Amino acid sequence: MEPRHTISVWVDNTPGVLSRVTGLFSGRGFNIESLCVAETMDPAVSRITILSTGDEQIIEQIIKQLHKLINVIKVVDLSELDHVEREMALVTVKAEDKSRAEVLRIADIFRCRVVDVSPHTYTLEITGNHEKIGAVLSLLKNHGILDEVRTGTLAIQRSKKD
Amino acid sequence: MKKMTGAQIFLECLKREEVKHIFGYPGGVVLDIYDELTRHPEIRHILVRHEQAAAHAADGYARASSKVGVALVTSGPGATNTVTGIASAYMDSIPIVVFTGQVPTALIGNDAFQEVDIVGITRPCTKHNYLVKDVNQLAYTIHEAFHIARSGRPGPVLVDLPKDIIQARTVPEFPKEIKIRSYQPTYHANPRQVKRALEMIMAAKKPVLYTGGGIILSNAAEELRVFAEAMQIPVTSTLMGLGGFPGDSPLWMGMLGMHGTYCANMAVSESDVLIAVGARFDDRITGKLSEFAPHAKIIHIDIDPSSISKNVSVDIPIVGDCKDALHQLYDLLQDKPPRDWAEVRAQWLDTVHDWEKRHPLTYAWSDTVIKPQYVVEKLWELTKGEAYITTEVGQNQMWAAQFYKFKRPRQLMTSGGLGVMGYGFPAAMGVQMAKPGATVIDIAGDGSIQMNIQELITVVENELPVKIAILNNSYLGMVRQWQQLFYEKRYSSTPMRAPDFVKLADAYGAVGLRATKPEEVVPVIQKALETPKPVIMDFRVEPEECVMPMVPAGKAMHEMLLA
Repeated sequence: MEPRHTISVWVDNTPGVLSRVTGLFSGRGFNIESLCVAETMDPAVSRITILSTGDEQIIEQIIKQLHKLINVIKVVDLSELDHVEREMALVTVKAEDKSRAEVLRIADIFRCRVVDVSPHTYTLEITGNHEKIGAVLSLLKNHGILDEVRTGTLAIQRSKKD
Repeated sequence: MKKMTGAQIFLECLKREEVKHIFGYPGGVVLDIYDELTRHPEIRHILVRHEQAAAHAADGYARASSKVGVALVTSGPGATNTVTGIASAYMDSIPIVVFTGQVPTALIGNDAFQEVDIVGITRPCTKHNYLVKDVNQLAYTIHEAFHIARSGRPGPVLVDLPKDIIQARTVPEFPKEIKIRSYQPTYHANPRQVKRALEMIMAAKKPVLYTGGGIILSNAAEELRVFAEAMQIPVTSTLMGLGGFPGDSPLWMGMLGMHGTYCANMAVSESDVLIAVGARFDDRITGKLSEFAPHAKIIHIDIDPSSISKNVSVDIPIVGDCKDALHQLYDLLQDKPPRDWAEVRAQWLDTVHDWEKRHPLTYAWSDTVIKPQYVVEKLWELTKGEAYITTEVGQNQMWAAQFYKFKRPRQLMTSGGLGVMGYGFPAAMGVQMAKPGATVIDIAGDGSIQMNIQELITVVENELPVKIAILNNSYLGMVRQWQQLFYEKRYSSTPMRAPDFVKLADAYGAVGLRATKPEEVVPVIQKALETPKPVIMDFRVEPEECVMPMVPAGKAMHEMLLA
């Protein structure tokens, strides 16, 4: 598989900008694995985190083409830097009789939070990197997942340690 | 300052941008602008007969004048009809601003009459576009649009104007300067990179300058000539770069690529250092990518970083304005100990000239039937190489590129990137508006001229004495050529009937002339050039003539067919 890149894009927070960014990806045949977008502390600026795959040349083109958009302020390929990544998933799991305790145990091991309870289900909030969420979901699958939703990847550069 | 309507602000902005000509077509939502136009005699509006022509005319105007071309159309179909023209300007990096009317803001999204999301439609084919939602933003947006269109790598910008914004009133604020934090093109090339490049060029044994439209857009022809002559480097260019280097210079090798000269393609294939300036390694240039310039280190100068290392990997990238970079290269060369470059290059230039002599651009002469290349040659001779030439797309475009020897930048206007049939004639209107008194010739085919032939009445009405030379072969010639060469002569949907162009010219109030024999070519051209009116010249040419040389699609440049 081609290497994954996590790209942070700061953009003007104006209508149509997201569509310019995603249109660029579809129009030029670039890949989007996941995408997160929200306003920053400066309400005039939004920050988009894009997870994409491609060889070096493709990633270079993606970054250059993003820069070319008038509304794009800054682009950083976080994969080239020391950074932290997080995703979140909300998942509703069947939990009856014996499995009620087991589901809670899994939740505890992976530091998930229970955000909703019914006599037959738990809804868990899982945060972590892509792999951890995958691991939790595969464990919970045996108990019966009734509903699930995941965010894309969020990423931030680590601060210097010295 | 007193309150102004959106329409008044619009025209005041155009005045401040020194716009003298608009190509357009009115309609429901832009009525207020057209009404206001009656109070601005300093701005001339040319009423086209199809909005596509307005965009192409603005494009031709921009290329010939080096100003920003302007088109104004109504919403819905008016807007969608400009899309081809916008996309063509985008591919060729031509600065135009297209203003489209839009339904009132309250109706946007309601599928109102003549509503279309033109900002959405043109997002991938404009450099930038806007929907103006507040009349207080109107003046700034218009000036920003012009700024973006003309700066950096130029391109088309679209501004969508809802009817209620055009009618709203406010006290406008006209910006003195435009600053966009996220848009600051790099004009000044990095001196360290330039130094590295010069050292590589100085060490080269077989250098080639491969130039493109960037030379024309950045007005760098003089810098290119001075640098090429100083270091005695042979020059080839893309279609878009023709005129950027004098066609009569001993260093000129002609165009490269699919229909480039044998000499240019061989020189690039054999070169050890390829200096690309304002060109973008388009597939029509490179042929089979893996075998393009296989021995060459590549230096690439371009103002758009995304053009660099897009198709080929580059050894020395230089982001910046071509003019600035070439200037720096030359200046830096002056600091070096002088060398006799003519002597250093003698062997390489001998090889180049030998290729030139071995396979020059040529065609088989006929006494009985007109050869299309002959027509272009005679057009060149009889206009002394001074005419402004526009082309349509197909064989006509390639013969114009091969046989009209362009002397100056901005002499050729052609839809190079998008390849729009129907571009040449409306573009010629734009050129003639920008260059009144100059000879403007659209070199056309019988197919492509029919794509925007309705503009005949526009040139007649506006007394634009544009000349159209139709190389009439009763085929869609270039497609037929591919069918002949690669589809065993199965001429599927390429034989084509055309109207009687002479009668048609007459019906529109233009002059129609026809040549069916070789000896009639010169008198017809002479007559057309003497006629101070729009003229159609219908040249009945050899129907199955092919454009040669030709690098078949997917083949390497040195694998070209010669005849």
